[in-house]
Amino acid sequence: MSIHHQLASKLAILADAAKYDASCASSGTSQRDSVGGKGIGSTEGSGICHSYAPDGRCISLLKILLTNFCRYDCLYCVNRVSSNVPRARFRVDEVVQLTLDFYRRNCIEGLFLSSGIIQSPDYTMELLVEVARSLREDHDFRGYIHLKTIPDASPDLLARAGLHADRLSINVELPTVEGLQALAPEKDGVAIRRSMAQLRIGIDDAKAAAGDARRSQIVSLPRSLVVRRATPPRFAPGGQSTQMIVGADATDDRTILQASASLYSAYRLRRVYYSAFSPIPDASARLPLRRPPLLREHRLYQADWLMRFYGFAHDEIVPGAGGMLALAMDPKLAWALGHREQFPVDLNSAARELLLRVPGLGIKAVTRILQSRRGRKLRAADLLRLHVPLKRVLPFVLLADHHPGASLDAPGLASRLAPAPAQAGLFDVSDAAASSSSLGLPAPTGLTGAAASARRSTAPELSWA
Amino acid sequence: MGLRKPRFDTAEANAGQGLFADQPAFTSFRSITLRGAVDIDGFRQAARRLMAEQIRPECVGWHSGDDTARDLFASANQDSAEALGEAGASGGRGESDAGQTPVLTVPAEFLQLCQTVILHSDAGRFGLLYRLLWRLRHEPALRHDPLDADRVQARHMAQAVQRDVHKMKAFVRFRTVQDEAFKTRPAGGPMHVAWFEPEHHIVQAIAPFFAKRFTQMRWAVLTPECSVEWNGATLRFGPGAAKADAPPADAGEHLWLTYYRSTFNPARLKLKAMQKEMPRRYWKNLPEAELISGLAAGACERSAAMIDQPPTLPRRRIPAPRLKAVPSDAARSAG
Repeated sequence: MSIHHQLASKLAILADAAKYDASCASSGTSQRDSVGGKGIGSTEGSGICHSYAPDGRCISLLKILLTNFCRYDCLYCVNRVSSNVPRARFRVDEVVQLTLDFYRRNCIEGLFLSSGIIQSPDYTMELLVEVARSLREDHDFRGYIHLKTIPDASPDLLARAGLHADRLSINVELPTVEGLQALAPEKDGVAIRRSMAQLRIGIDDAKAAAGDARRSQIVSLPRSLVVRRATPPRFAPGGQSTQMIVGADATDDRTILQASASLYSAYRLRRVYYSAFSPIPDASARLPLRRPPLLREHRLYQADWLMRFYGFAHDEIVPGAGGMLALAMDPKLAWALGHREQFPVDLNSAARELLLRVPGLGIKAVTRILQSRRGRKLRAADLLRLHVPLKRVLPFVLLADHHPGASLDAPGLASRLAPAPAQAGLFDVSDAAASSSSLGLPAPTGLTGAAASARRSTAPELSWA
Repeated sequence: MGLRKPRFDTAEANAGQGLFADQPAFTSFRSITLRGAVDIDGFRQAARRLMAEQIRPECVGWHSGDDTARDLFASANQDSAEALGEAGASGGRGESDAGQTPVLTVPAEFLQLCQTVILHSDAGRFGLLYRLLWRLRHEPALRHDPLDADRVQARHMAQAVQRDVHKMKAFVRFRTVQDEAFKTRPAGGPMHVAWFEPEHHIVQAIAPFFAKRFTQMRWAVLTPECSVEWNGATLRFGPGAAKADAPPADAGEHLWLTYYRSTFNPARLKLKAMQKEMPRRYWKNLPEAELISGLAAGACERSAAMIDQPPTLPRRRIPAPRLKAVPSDAARSAG
């Protein structure tokens, strides 16, 4: 078999094995380019999605495993030791060359490298770090690098990983420590959180040092021509993220959001990714064979957005009993329908926090409303120019020439705004996509960081359902 | 106000030149012809003059001479600071102007907007921008009203341009060239060439992005309207090209196709979501797009197979490394 052929076979196995990780963000790191360097690569504030797979996910990074051999037996994982999938292992230089080759073709923003655990956590982590080191030092590669961090790897290795990588991540895998114990007996939920804490300290320290260096006055002494301060060591300028699997155990949405809220605040994560458990080849008998509806994952992302950008607390998003988000309507609309006493909101006078709670108004729309109303009274025609979904917004707002009247309290309002979707069959996947676009929302996959930030900078405001 | 002879700004070789049409019936109607599709300097100078003469927007006809686009590449003028002028800018520029043209202050935001909107392919862009300029001057409330119809339209045009820029950064695909025609100059490694069809006049604006990203690489991007080449040190703009001028797939491209095939998860087929971000019109220039229909067609079958497959008995042993025994494609697609 030719070398090319062999490399292609490995790539097929190790890309297949890595695709269950949802993260593909290439945004939010330091800005740099290859001018004056020896190699290639640049990063901007927002990431770039170079392609999209037919599953709707963006392809921003070369997302592969170094190897899918693994000692662990995590039931939800396609690469668990007891799975019969074909195995492969890349050499360090193969990953380096693939990354550079795809980058030169302008197919990717960089590399997202993860691995099964072979020999020991440190041994595995060392290989991942070596790939990043080689890209940075041997090839002066200035594109994006995301390294999956092996829980329990030594602090020294974490520090070296942070030196070369833009982003580090450790997957909590399941929302609760108990869930992890049941499905991934070798993984230690507490150790995972300990490593995340370590990363946070590294990231915070590097940020503080960079800030100090910027602020401190440089005083030049007589006769010294150039005063240069050493650049503080970098550490994962793109921050850290994590992922949890949804639907592999019985955890409800309320618990998941609570877990996210505490992850965001405790470890200052950039993102929590939710990955609907999806059927994998050679699945374990102890797992549900049917997947949870993809719409559930979508609703969780919407709720996540509400927590991070719309001022919602995690415990007010999931309504009353049951602990699950409604599938039929997005969580913001559900909240508004459940709190009609807070409406109608007067767009000409209400505070920003209240405007953000109006179904259909996104962050940019709210900013424009605040700007425009300084000079004049807003009317219904202004909403048209804002490109917000009128049917959704009007029942909840007051304008100079509009009052919702009794429509706000009409019992049929919910069904009018969110008609019950036709029961989706297992493979009726376009249904989820269709309903998400009718909500005027980014499709679930569009919510990965790169896509979302790209959109924030270029596309018209995506009206929030 | 009578028809006055245009003053050409001779200090500025690249500046736009106002050419007044001979239209006696509308003595104040002006017809401005700019040099090329994205002649921002010419637009600014003409607009400044028109404002000084208080010519109303409805009395101006704008012609961009989009067909003269090729002339443009003689001047890669990215000068962005003055003309419409933050205060004081007009003083330093073309002394002949300074005497008559009052300082015209516009929000910095508006200058940025002009620079983006001018790249749009809509022929009405100059008229819209001049109308906005006029209204900014005469309607003080306008700058606080982002929902004004003209401002909304300009913003949408700017967004369309930015989206086009973003998609071009994403979807340009370089191929290394074996062809002798491209095996140029002694220095540097292989040449990388891409073919792309942008919607708006963005090639000049985007070229520095690729230069900074692929500084140590020799590359060229060909488009129907113009082409740009980077030799490792300078950007050179040239005339438009045809798709046939771009190279075919090179030997390494199949690795990228392999990756695209493998990273797709058949259990979550979502073609609409994909097409929203990667509309069909881009497909013809994306090598991986040829795989889409096949992958989509096989998806249901593959994920049904995963679900129907009886769970296998867990093994508690790491299988011996079988690096040589790589599965065939048939085995993979069955899995």
